[in-house]
Amino acid sequence: MDLTTVTIEWYIALSAILFTIGALGVLLRRDAIIIFMSVELMLNSANLLLVAFAHHLGDATGQVLVFFVMTVAAAEVAVGLALIVAIFQSKKSIDISEVNLLKG
Amino acid sequence: MGGPVLFLILATISVFAAVSMLTSKNAVHSALFLILNFAAIAVFYLILNAPFLAAVQITVYAGAIMVLFLFVIMLLGAEESAGVLSTRTGQLTAGIIGAVLVVGSFIVAVTQMGGTAPASVVADTRPRTLAVILFEEFVFPFEVTGVLLLVAVVGLYVMSRKLTNKERMEDA
Repeated sequence: MDLTTVTIEWYIALSAILFTIGALGVLLRRDAIIIFMSVELMLNSANLLLVAFAHHLGDATGQVLVFFVMTVAAAEVAVGLALIVAIFQSKKSIDISEVNLLKG
Repeated sequence: MGGPVLFLILATISVFAAVSMLTSKNAVHSALFLILNFAAIAVFYLILNAPFLAAVQITVYAGAIMVLFLFVIMLLGAEESAGVLSTRTGQLTAGIIGAVLVVGSFIVAVTQMGGTAPASVVADTRPRTLAVILFEEFVFPFEVTGVLLLVAVVGLYVMSRKLTNKERMEDA
């Protein structure tokens, strides 16, 4: 394996590590705001991979897809944070283990 | 794709920032570490011939989205975060899922992509070119994105408005 040039595999590996850290954040943390930040981290690792492949393939289309991911992320954050504020107003807490009204 | 030294420095910064975001007890520190991670990724965009995306990354992600996060954290006074999952089985499950994700993606990276040569051409990534691609090939997704943003705005209005007295009586 050639370690003197940065190839696409390096970016796949970095993106996989960042995505996994984000997934672990969603699974491990109980704080709703940290969970949303972890989702952002996962979206960003996907964006990094899109840009890396756009460069690898010499095609700018991958970079356009990143704009769509960013728009979805912005909409998701706006709605998610409004949900968190609404939950906080009724529960006085953002600990998701206390949000269990639908639990049978 | 940049030199190995630069890549390793930036990768270390971004992974360190991500792990610190995950382990930090204070939600404000988590948000600031996430901004550091976004900044490192913006530098990656510069290396990967995407200067416009690097600018957008800083202004939209590190600027708008993270300011929104910090605003909500401070508005709610939720700096002291709720900590990690308490059950052993939960942590074990998360660990297994994480290990499977990393190992699986490494296997895919090596077997599927191993040795593919990068394209010899360097893509034209000026904002004008990106806009042409966006409005020629992705017009319909672009319109759908507009609808998505509209739905988000309507959803925000529904969630944040106060109920009128009449509605409150109907609810009760």
